[in-house]
Amino acid sequence: MDLFTCDLLVVGGGGAGLRAAIAVAETHPRLRVAVISKVYPMRSHTVSAEGGAAAVIKAGDSLDEHAYDTISGGDWLCDQDAVEAFVREAPEEMLRLEHWGCPWSREPDGHIAVRPFGGMKIQRTWFAADKTGFHMLHTLFQTSLKYDAIQRYDEFFVTKLLVDEGHCRGVVAIELSTGKIQAITAKAVILCTGGCGKIFPFTTNANIKNGDGMALAYRAGAPLKDMEFVQYHPTGLPFTGILITEAARSEGGWLLNKEGYRYLQDYDLGKPEPKPVLRSMELGPRDRLSQAFVKEQEKGRTLEGPYGHYVHLDVRHLGEKVIDKKIPFVRELCLKYMNIDPVKEMIPVRPVVHYMMGGISTDAHGATPLPGLYAAGEAACVSINGANRLGSNSLTEILVFGARAGKAAAAFAAEQAQPDPSILTQAHDEQRRLEEKFLRKTGGRERIATLRAEMHETMEESAGIYRAGASLEKAVEKLQSLQERFHDLTLDDRSYTFNTELTAALELSFMLDGAEAIVQSARKRRESRGSHQRTDYPKRDDKEFLGHSLAYRAVDGPPRIEYLPVTITRWPPGQRVYGR
Amino acid sequence: MQPTVALRVARYRPEQESEPTFQTYEVPFRKDWVVLDALNYVKDKLDGSLSFRWSCRMGVCGSCGMKVNGSPKLTCAAFLSDSMPGPIRVEPMDYFPVVRDLVVDITDFMRKLKKVKPWIIREHERPLAEGEYRQTPDELDTYKQFSMCINCMLCYSACPIYGLEPSFIGPAAIALAQRYNMDSRDEAARERLEILSEHDGIWQCTFVGECTKVCPKHVDPAGAIQRYKLTGAAHWLKTFLLPGAAR
Repeated sequence: MDLFTCDLLVVGGGGAGLRAAIAVAETHPRLRVAVISKVYPMRSHTVSAEGGAAAVIKAGDSLDEHAYDTISGGDWLCDQDAVEAFVREAPEEMLRLEHWGCPWSREPDGHIAVRPFGGMKIQRTWFAADKTGFHMLHTLFQTSLKYDAIQRYDEFFVTKLLVDEGHCRGVVAIELSTGKIQAITAKAVILCTGGCGKIFPFTTNANIKNGDGMALAYRAGAPLKDMEFVQYHPTGLPFTGILITEAARSEGGWLLNKEGYRYLQDYDLGKPEPKPVLRSMELGPRDRLSQAFVKEQEKGRTLEGPYGHYVHLDVRHLGEKVIDKKIPFVRELCLKYMNIDPVKEMIPVRPVVHYMMGGISTDAHGATPLPGLYAAGEAACVSINGANRLGSNSLTEILVFGARAGKAAAAFAAEQAQPDPSILTQAHDEQRRLEEKFLRKTGGRERIATLRAEMHETMEESAGIYRAGASLEKAVEKLQSLQERFHDLTLDDRSYTFNTELTAALELSFMLDGAEAIVQSARKRRESRGSHQRTDYPKRDDKEFLGHSLAYRAVDGPPRIEYLPVTITRWPPGQRVYGR
Repeated sequence: MQPTVALRVARYRPEQESEPTFQTYEVPFRKDWVVLDALNYVKDKLDGSLSFRWSCRMGVCGSCGMKVNGSPKLTCAAFLSDSMPGPIRVEPMDYFPVVRDLVVDITDFMRKLKKVKPWIIREHERPLAEGEYRQTPDELDTYKQFSMCINCMLCYSACPIYGLEPSFIGPAAIALAQRYNMDSRDEAARERLEILSEHDGIWQCTFVGECTKVCPKHVDPAGAIQRYKLTGAAHWLKTFLLPGAAR
C-alpha cells in the first residue's frame, strides 16, 4: 500500500472544496493542501446550478433583510449567528469571485446585475446568465490552478476516514485508474462532498451525489444534523429530473394545473398578477410550492404522463426575445431533452428532490465535533438553511463557508504534528475489507440496481413531500433489511482498473446510511416545519422541536437521535407569510 | 412488445484483453432515451462490468463524451431515435489512451490547461473594498462564448492535428486561453501568446474546423485558433520586421 502525506486534505473538488483549498493556500502558503475527488473537479455538481447566488450589493438592500429572508425562509430553524456571519461575508466573497474572473451578468454601465428569486423580498441574486454554478465552478477550478501549493488527487474514491485517538488523521482511497488502495494522511480533513439527492428517485442531482462525505463522517462517529429536511424543487422535468430554474418563474413564468388555472392562489400564496411579485405566487418558497403540487394532485387537477403526475410551467407569454436573453438554458434543455420549445409550448414539470438542508453537523467555522474533521457546502449543516433553504443561498454558502472551513482547518493543521505511522494498520484493515467484501467476493444474489430501486421507492413513499408516522416506521424496517441484503450483493466486475461497479456498490452503501438518518430523524420530529411536513402533526411545535436533530450512528439498528438548541439572536420565531 | 435496439459497445479490460473488442447488448428502445440511458440499462440489468463516466445527464458536467456511430458526442444528448434502426456503435473517444472500456485518460489535457494560465492575471489587483471591475455587457460578450467550454474533450477527439501531433496544445485549451485574453479584467494576453507560440501545433492547425463542428456548447475553438494565428503573426511581424524597418 502506498502512503501519501499532506498537511490538509480536502475531500471533494466542487465549489466548497476548491474555495476551501484556495483559502488554505492563501492564508497558510506553507501548508501542503491536497484536493481529492472521485471526479475531475470541473465535473462536480456545482456545475449544474443555474439560477444564481445571493449577496447584498445594491442600494436599498440590507444585511438584515437578507438575514430575515433566510431565517423566515428556514422556518426559524437557522442558527442566527451563523446567518449573520453568512450575509455579512457574502458580498466580499462574491466580489472576490468577480476579481477571479467569474463572468457575472452586468448592467449596461458595467456594474453587477441582480435578479429576483423565490422567497427573497429584495433583488439580490447575482447570476451568470442561467449557468451560474457552471461559471462559478470553472472560475474556481481555473483559479485554483495558479496555486502550486494545491495538489490534486483526481478520480480517487474515498472509502474511509482514518481516526486515531479521537482525531481525524486522513483517509483511505481507491485510485480509480489503477484500483490501488492508498492511505493519505493529513493533520486535518475537510469534507466538501455535496448532498445525497440520489437517495430519491426523482432528483435534479447528478449521479455522483450519494452523500459520500456524510456517510464517512457518520461512520467515524460525527453526527448528521437536520437530515429530515429535504428540499424539493417545484419545477423539474419528469423522468430526467432536469431542473428548470426558478429564474423561469422570476422572469414571469406561471404554474398552471390541467385546467390552465394558476393554482397557487388557492394555497395562501397571494393573488395572481400578470407580472411577477416578489415573495408571492410563483415566487413563493420552494417547500410551499411543492406542497401545493401534492394537494393539486389529490384534487385530481394535475396531468398524468408516462412518468407520473405533472403540471405546466408556462413562459410563452414572455416571448422569444426575453426567453432567449434571460433564460436561454431553459429553452436549450427543453429542446434537447424533451423536444419541447417553451416559446411555443408549455413545459411539463413536477417537484423533484433538489437539496439537503441537513448534513454533517458543524459550527460556524466548519468544525465538526470530531477534532481535525471539518465540512462545508451541501455536505455540511451549519445551519444557515434551517428547515428550508432559500434559492440562491447555496452557491453563496459554498464560498463563505468553504473559505471559513479552509481557514479554520488550516489554523488547526498548522498546530498539529504528522499522524503516527501506526495509523496504517487501519488502512490495511480497510484494504482487506474492500478486497474481501467486494473485489474478491463470490456468490451473492442481490443486484445493486434492485436494492437501489427499493430504496428509492421507500424514500419516495415515506420521506417525500408529506410524511406520516406509520409509513416512516415501515421505512425504518425496510432500510434495515436493505442494509442486510447489501451483504448479499452479487458483483460482475473483478477488475482493479476503473471499476465503476465497485464504486456504485460503495455509493449505494453510503446512501443507505444517509437514508436511515433521514427517515429516523423524520420519524422523531413530530411536527411540521419548512420542508418537513407530517400529515399526523400538521403544526409547527416550537415548544418541543425548536431544535436541530443530531443523528448518531448506532452499532446496531437505526441511529440515535439527539437535539441541539437553535441559536436565536434577533429574530424570535414568527409566522412565515408569503403573498400578503 | 417493447421495441429494442442493439448497442455495439467497445470493451477493453487491460487485465483480460490485449486489445479492444466489441460486445453487443440488446436494450429497450424508448423515444426519450439517450445513449447514456441505454448504457445505464446495460450496467444495471445486463452487465455490471461495463465502465463509463457520467454524472449530470444534462450536458454541463462534460463527463460522458464518447464516439457514437463514429462521431464524438455527449452521450447524454444523443437520442437513440437519431440512430435508428441501429445497431448503435459506442466507442471511447479517439486520440486519448483508453483506460478501460469507454473511459479514456485525459491527463494530457489537464496538464495543457494549466500551461495556458487560465486565470486572471493583472499587474495591480484592486482591493475588494473598491468593488467590482466594471465590465459592460458588450465587453462580456467578447469573451463569453469561449467561457462556455465544459472540457468534454470532444474537440480533441475530432481534431486530426491532435491525432498526428500529440504535443499540440489543442482546441479547448486555446479557446480557454482566449477566454482570458479577451476578458477586459485580464492583462496577460502577451504572456499567453508566448506560451502558445512555444508549443507545437498552433501553426499546424489547418483550420479544419472539426473542433467547432462537434462542440456541444458552440464555443468555436477554430475561431479562437485563427484569431491567435493572426495576433501571433502580427506579434511576430512587430518583433522581427519593425526593428529591421527601423534600421
